[in-house]
Amino acid sequence: MSDDTLTESRPAPEQIKDVVIRFAGDSGDGMQLAGTQFTASSALFGNDLSTFPNFPAEIRAPQGTVGGVSSFQVHIADWDILTPGDRPDCLVAMNPAALKANVDDVVPGGLILVNTDAFDERNLGKAGYDENPIDNGSLDTYTVLKAPMEELTKDAVKDSGVKGRAALRSKNFFALGLMSWIYTRSLDPIIEWVDDKFGADTPVGSANVSALRAGYNYGITTEAFHHTYEINPAPLPAGEYTNVIGNVASAWGIMAAADKANLPLFLGSYPITPATTILEELARHRNFGIKTFQAEDEIAGIGATLGAAVAGSLAITTTSGPGLALKSETLSLALMIELPMIIVDVQRGGPSTGLPTKVEQSDLLFAMYGRHGEAPLPIVSTSSPSDAFDAAFEAARIAIKYMTPVILLTDGYIATSSEPWKLPDLDALPDISRPYATHNGEGPFLPYERDPETLAREWAIPGQTGMEHRVGGLEKDSQTGNVSYVPENHEHMSHLRDAKIQQIQADIADVEVHGDGTDLLVLGWGSTYGAIRTAVDRVNKEGLSVSHAHLRHISPFPKNLGDVLARHDRVLIPEINLGQLSKLIRAEYGVDSTGYNRVLGQPLRARFIESEIHDILNGETS
Amino acid sequence: MTTDTKRFERSDFQTDQEVRWCPGCGDYTILASVQTYLASLDIDREKHVFVSGIGCSSRFPYYMNTYGMHGVHGRAPAIATGIAIANPELTVWVITGDGDALSIGGNHLIHTLRRNVNLNIILFNNQIYGLTKGQFSPTSELGKKTKTSPMGSIDRPFNPVSLALGSEASFVARTLDMDRNHTISMLKAMREHEGSGLLEIYQNCNVFNDKAFLDLTAKDTRDENRIWLEDGEPIIFGPNGEYGVTFDGKGARIVEVSQVGRHNIHVHNASNPDPSVAFALSRLAHGPYGPTPLGIFRNVPVPSYGRLLEEQITRAREKQGPGDLAKVIRSRGTWTVE
Repeated sequence: MSDDTLTESRPAPEQIKDVVIRFAGDSGDGMQLAGTQFTASSALFGNDLSTFPNFPAEIRAPQGTVGGVSSFQVHIADWDILTPGDRPDCLVAMNPAALKANVDDVVPGGLILVNTDAFDERNLGKAGYDENPIDNGSLDTYTVLKAPMEELTKDAVKDSGVKGRAALRSKNFFALGLMSWIYTRSLDPIIEWVDDKFGADTPVGSANVSALRAGYNYGITTEAFHHTYEINPAPLPAGEYTNVIGNVASAWGIMAAADKANLPLFLGSYPITPATTILEELARHRNFGIKTFQAEDEIAGIGATLGAAVAGSLAITTTSGPGLALKSETLSLALMIELPMIIVDVQRGGPSTGLPTKVEQSDLLFAMYGRHGEAPLPIVSTSSPSDAFDAAFEAARIAIKYMTPVILLTDGYIATSSEPWKLPDLDALPDISRPYATHNGEGPFLPYERDPETLAREWAIPGQTGMEHRVGGLEKDSQTGNVSYVPENHEHMSHLRDAKIQQIQADIADVEVHGDGTDLLVLGWGSTYGAIRTAVDRVNKEGLSVSHAHLRHISPFPKNLGDVLARHDRVLIPEINLGQLSKLIRAEYGVDSTGYNRVLGQPLRARFIESEIHDILNGETS
Repeated sequence: MTTDTKRFERSDFQTDQEVRWCPGCGDYTILASVQTYLASLDIDREKHVFVSGIGCSSRFPYYMNTYGMHGVHGRAPAIATGIAIANPELTVWVITGDGDALSIGGNHLIHTLRRNVNLNIILFNNQIYGLTKGQFSPTSELGKKTKTSPMGSIDRPFNPVSLALGSEASFVARTLDMDRNHTISMLKAMREHEGSGLLEIYQNCNVFNDKAFLDLTAKDTRDENRIWLEDGEPIIFGPNGEYGVTFDGKGARIVEVSQVGRHNIHVHNASNPDPSVAFALSRLAHGPYGPTPLGIFRNVPVPSYGRLLEEQITRAREKQGPGDLAKVIRSRGTWTVE
């Protein structure tokens, strides 16, 4: 039976512009998979979309508890959307804990689909419910749809060869099938994926497909599910698209940079959440000649990366806050020696181990200043999953051109969430190559002679004849690179290292201003992009005079930023920290801004930024 | 790879930098040995890279007219790993000391050795912190009185050779700074071996820990205390060859040859794949006191990390063809908007 025959019995669906769906269950229930597949099917259908996976740090937190709930939120729309949505219109709750953890977020009147089989006394108790919320009227403000998913799944998979408790593992596919019915999605891409992953004829593959179809059919045959919805494809710009998560886009951006720089690619890293998938993605592509090195610790990760830079590779290390702290000393050495390198910091909640799987933007000041001595370096930031490709490429461009380590800031939200990405024309990417040093043999080779324009020194690599030289962490003579303790030389070198970074300002794009309102500028950086843009567009539709500027470059700042700040009466800076960019803006431009600062381990929500804007313009916030 | 027509003089490997170790330091002799050895080879100067950490010995790269890098304290093996992996054509040397390699850098040392990265690690062991002016190090003997251990050190020391063998290093040797010929023969064996080699050099710090190796260097004691390990030879030592090493139920023991008979003396086999015999030999002396083995403890063929990585790249290319990023970015499914 194919989708087409199933569709025939479909009542006319209600056309809606967009929907936010949250799949929630135990961390072992397969909700990330259900969400990802629902997303993939929607992407192929042509919707715009944005996703937000949210999971506990524990691989298997205690079953049935609120702490063990894992969720995947997807926003699908027939228009150009920028966020995974503030609040779900539809919640799939696979057990009482999932309901409890998420029900308060659901919009009033929203849909809640529950797996009634999991609402037994034991699970209710684990979730902290005294009585069953499905029956006691507490969900009356929502539309509750019930399905005994475990019974129905067991029944559906009985011929697959998967037996006993293992059969229940397919219940996420049942939920996925039922949701595909409700939101008029095709099952074909999901079935294709199952076939690819497990083989459709294997017991697991056939159980999953049977459960998927059973969920869909349950929708057809059960009257309660006869109100269905449809979201048309979004009018995205013409082109070829894929759905990409941020960490993979970062990895691909780095691969593109290595290609356009004509350099071998080396990645030295230690696994750390939420950065690890960059290492995993690059490790898959040995045929590109990519050398990935899983080091014994964070320090060895950046140490080997620095060594690869010495040897002439495009050298990358990836990490998160605790690892950035450990890498700090070697980062200073790279900066002192003046070698190109990229340090990707996928920020997470801190300090210390903090919230390993949750988003925060609290490493900004650490990235700026977290080194001993006068140690400036460029910082590039990423504003969305697909933007990570361009940001990584830009970080590499700056590193190579200016012979400097560059910090690329992304975060745990960008790392794991996804959105459609219009594939770039790879051939059209700029050439960012810079030849290694040459020496004509006349006079000694001077490794610290500089290009007068970029202030970058030459890159002479071991193996090159006639340019043997020594580098190191001791202060060096400005020409020969030999150790120098001459006081004036150290002062000269300190200014030179600073000037080299500051003058990159002339070579980076101006910050773009969205909107022409002058009452308020909302200034952001990083993953708050979608929420800020959505909020600013909404308030401007109401007639307010607000603009949005979002920073790609934080060190140095774009050269027009001072003018942009001066053009607006007020400045609002929303951040997932306690006001770090605000401090930098005040220090650099003497501009006092209003902060909107939340550290909930969650992306900022557009509606809260919106109400912050209203408060400021109504004079309720100073 | 020595040739009849010698390409280099020792001076070709000297730099114009003033050598700034204390007069009388053992480092001078080691520098001379390394420069002499490199000059004997037919390897281009630019193919050598010296990487060091922090400490007196770590100034070494500044004095070698090759590529060189003075790194971060303890991290030289990690940095050198990146160089060796990125360009397998290079001959990469790590210069480190007992504090650098065994204290702050202990983690990198053991992991580099177990991974068998193609590196030649020279560990200058003077059993003291020199650059910070005389504190006990992780190889200082128990009870040692220093500025930070005025009542005597209560810090139990490492035996670097035991540590390296415990990490299953594929090449482990020990020599003395003042014995240039032996040092050069150890350097040669280490460079010709594939993968990680560790050469411990007992190096005298005449300012902060003078005469630490006196048992092995003084004219009147050295012959009875130097146990020379020669591959394929019975381990016999002493002024007249009167002592030997035997293995019995209790492990390695020093015996008088006349009492056990020459046929019961252990014949050294550096290429024994089982590191436990070499480990037992390393335990004959816990430090340079009394009879102490010198020479190659272990020298076994193990493919280097770098070679295995290059083989993976070759295999991946044979299987998947050269990389095509345009294909990769389409690998997770695409759709077209008209």
